[in-house]
Order: sequence, then C-alpha cells, then structure tokens
Amino acid sequence: MNVTIAALTLRGMLGRRRAVLLFVLPAVLLVLSAVLAFTGNDSLGVSTGVLEGFGMVVLLPLIALIVGTGVIGPEIDDGQIMYVLTKPIPRGSVILTKYVCAVGLITAFAALPILVSGVLLLGPGSDVPWAFAVGAVQGGVVYGAVFLALAVLSRNAVTIGLIYALVWESMIGGFIAGSRNLSIQSWAMSSVDELTTASTVEVDSSVATALVLALLTTLVALGLAVRRLSTLTLATAD
Amino acid sequence: MSTAIHDIGYRHYDGPRLGRGQTLRALYTHNLRALFGLGRGAKAKIIPFALAAFLLLPALADVAIKAIVKEAQFLIPMAAYGYGFQPLIAIFLAALAPVVASREIRYRSVPLYFSRPVGPWDFVAAKFGAFATALVLLVGVPVTVMYVGFLLTRSSLIEAAQQGGGFGSVEDIPTVAGITGDWALALLGVVLLALVLSSFALLVAAFTPRRGFGVAAVIALYLISNVVVGIVQGISQDRGAWDVAAWMNLFTPFNLVYSVQVALFDAESEPLIAVPDTAMGLTGLLLCVLVVAGSLAALHARYRKAGA
Repeated sequence: MNVTIAALTLRGMLGRRRAVLLFVLPAVLLVLSAVLAFTGNDSLGVSTGVLEGFGMVVLLPLIALIVGTGVIGPEIDDGQIMYVLTKPIPRGSVILTKYVCAVGLITAFAALPILVSGVLLLGPGSDVPWAFAVGAVQGGVVYGAVFLALAVLSRNAVTIGLIYALVWESMIGGFIAGSRNLSIQSWAMSSVDELTTASTVEVDSSVATALVLALLTTLVALGLAVRRLSTLTLATAD
Repeated sequence: MSTAIHDIGYRHYDGPRLGRGQTLRALYTHNLRALFGLGRGAKAKIIPFALAAFLLLPALADVAIKAIVKEAQFLIPMAAYGYGFQPLIAIFLAALAPVVASREIRYRSVPLYFSRPVGPWDFVAAKFGAFATALVLLVGVPVTVMYVGFLLTRSSLIEAAQQGGGFGSVEDIPTVAGITGDWALALLGVVLLALVLSSFALLVAAFTPRRGFGVAAVIALYLISNVVVGIVQGISQDRGAWDVAAWMNLFTPFNLVYSVQVALFDAESEPLIAVPDTAMGLTGLLLCVLVVAGSLAALHARYRKAGA
C-alpha cells in the first residue's frame, strides 16, 4: 500500500467531469427505488427484482468496469504510469494500492447504493438489503480484480470487460445454465441467496464452490496484473 | 479557394481542384475504414470483425437449417434481427463510437481540419454517415444472407413440405414477392436503427473523450434505459396498464425502433412485451427524427467548439 498512489488514483477517478458517470448511475437506481417505494410498488418480488436486475446485473458490473479499468487504464494509455514505475516501489504494491482503491470505490458507488435502495424499498428491518450489499461487495472484489488485470493486459479492456459481462454473463448465461458456474455475477448471487431467507432470490449453485472460485479468480487476476505490470512496455496511442 | 493547399511561396497551384464532395467522401471513407480497423494493425480489426462475425453466425445457421433440415421457419424474423441481437450491437456501438467521435477531440486535432475548407457540418456528416453505414452493414448483411438463403432453398423447402414430414404446409412458405417485401421492410428497419443508434452514440462519445469512458458511457445509457423500462413495464403490466407499458417502449433505443417497425413496417410484435399501436408508431418515428436531428445539432456544436 502506498498513500501517495492511492491519493493520485482517487483524484484521477473522482476529479473533474469524468466522475459524473459514477454519480449518475447509482442515482438512477436510488431515484427509481424511491419512486417505486413512494407509489407502493415495493412488494418483495418487485424489490428483489430491482435489486438483482438493476443492482447486481447492471449497476455493479458497470461501476466495476468503469472503476476497475479507470484506476490504471488511462495512466497506462497516456504514459503517466512511468512516473510511478520509475520509483522504487514494488509493482505488487502499486497493483495492491490501485486494487484497494477500486474495491473501495465499487463499494461506495455500487454496494452502498444497492443497500440504500433496498432499505428504501423494503425498510431497514428486512435482511434482503444487507444480503444484496454483501453480495455486491463480494462481486466488486472479484470484478475489481478481473477488470484491473484486463486494464493492465489490454488497451481494449473496457470492451473486453463488456463482452464478458453482456455476452457471457447475460446472453449465454440466460441460455446455458452451466455457464453460470463460471460467472462472477452468479457467485455473488449465491452469497445473496445464502444470506437471505427471501424466497424470491433463488440460485441453484452451492455457495462454497462459488466462494472458492471467486477467491481463486481474484488471486489469479491480481497475480497476472502484477506480472504484466513488471514487464510493461508502453505502446503508442491508438 | 487558394488556401486549400498550403502556399508557402515556392510554387503556386492554379489547376483544377476537387470540390467539397471529394472532401466529404475522403472523410467518410477515412472514418469507415477506421471503424473496421482497415489500414491499421491487426489489433484494431479484432473487435469490429469479431462482433460482425458473431452477428453473422445466426444468419448462417438459419441458412444451414433451411438447406439441411428443410425447416422453412426463420430462426429469427428478419425484421427482428437487430432487436434480437441487441447486446452485440450495443457492444459494437460502445466500442466503436469513441473510435469515430473521440479521437480528434482527445488529440486536439479538430482545429487542423477546420483550418482547411472543411466545416463542422462536413465533419459531422462524414462521421455520422460512416458510422451509420457500418451499422447498416453490420445488421443488413446477416438479414440479406437470410433472404438470399431462403430464395436459394425455397424450391427444396416446398418439395419437403409437399412430402409431409411435419414441416408445416406449403401455404406457410412465403412467396418470392412476399419474402422480398419482408426483406425490404426489414432493411428499412435496419436503416432506421442505424440512424438512431449512430447519431446518439456519437453524441455521447463526443462528450466523453477520455479513453474507456466513452465506451462505458454509451453502454451505460443502453443498459440503464433497458432495465428501467423493463422494470416499469413489468409493474404496469401487473397492474393491467397495458397502454403505459406500450408507451414505455419509446424510452429505450432498440425498443423505440422496433416499436416503429411493428406499428408501421409490419414487423412481428412477439419480441415486445407490450404491443404498440399506430399512434405510438408515428410518435416513435417522430421521436427517432428528433433524436437524430438533435444529436447531429449537438455534435455540430461540440466539434465547432473543439475546432475553435
């Protein structure tokens, strides 16, 4: 961990106009939840539908994609990463710092809004919002590592991440049930299912397998990112 | 217009000049080639061609099914092709809109264009034309492959149906004229889809020049509008408010275009949760025109500012 790198990373993510997207996306979820709660459309079925369909399927991967690639991608692109890499800081420490920042930002901009919108819909007494928040943090931990590694490995990280999230998790996951065993989103959802008694959340895979696979994916992704950053050559733009 | 070629005092040029049309055409081809990575390295070609191949795959499968299994029914109706494979098109939009719209802004090279007889309108028109062409190709080619595949296999399909064997009756197989009409209407839908999507995606990408953020912004708009409309439609249907559900179609780009296709171009209404009527179709068409016109006007303003 390195405080200076963390401060630079956070400033890069939250400074200026580009943070708008980070604030707008959760705001849409919160406004939608508030409207649904206000108009009385807050049955358990609708609420879990919103938390899963919007929170876990759209908001979490999107925020994770923006944050996970954003903490390091632009720096590699414009060459600023050289100023960090030429300092006597272990590459592992650089990646770890960026990763911790990413997970923190994902928690703040995806997991926290999911929790708040769950409370808005179902009230603070329900266990559903908490289960979804924990699931979102777990998903964020894995997504963050994978997208960070992608950003170090490829300059098309955002597109590749999108293809993974949209084509593999949503399209193929919708048709072929087996592919869901290898999807970050369903690993997170199996934790949600484990943590809540609500009958409207139903995942068939086992939570133990999901956690092991999630942990393994995170470690492999971070390891890859460190290895790749150790031998990074700066490409020319576009 | 002797300023078109730098005259730094060595040798003058007084000969004929290619006009504005040639300028536009050059910019257009340049952008279209950049989209598919032509004239660039292999890395720039992977994503556009991979997405185009993914989109072509179902059409080829459809032709193979017609040729081998003799099943006359289309895998997916031609008119619904874009709507049915919208995630792939959305990824294409998100990945490639920044290629066309953001680069010159990011590298601040717009003023260099505008120091020539190229105006902001030429610039916007070329980019819009190139991106719309790419989208028409992306969706239109698979649709045309399905159409040609049907024409080639039609006689054998009729033969198979006449022999029975559970493939439906001969009357269900469309005539050549009928299928040509379907194909033309489907292509009309493709063009409308391309115009709406490309103008809007270019606008979003032009306002998020930072690498990666343009991609995320375009896809965020697509995903968020889809999920919000889906949730509201689900609830209004539970409450029996079919009208509200149908009107909500107008608030996501793919549903908007497909509603117009269903209401005005005779497309099958089945993929939509709520079926739009003619009034909604006309409103949708008006909305499409407004989206395209508004986006182009905003793009013009954006590039004029970037070029100043």
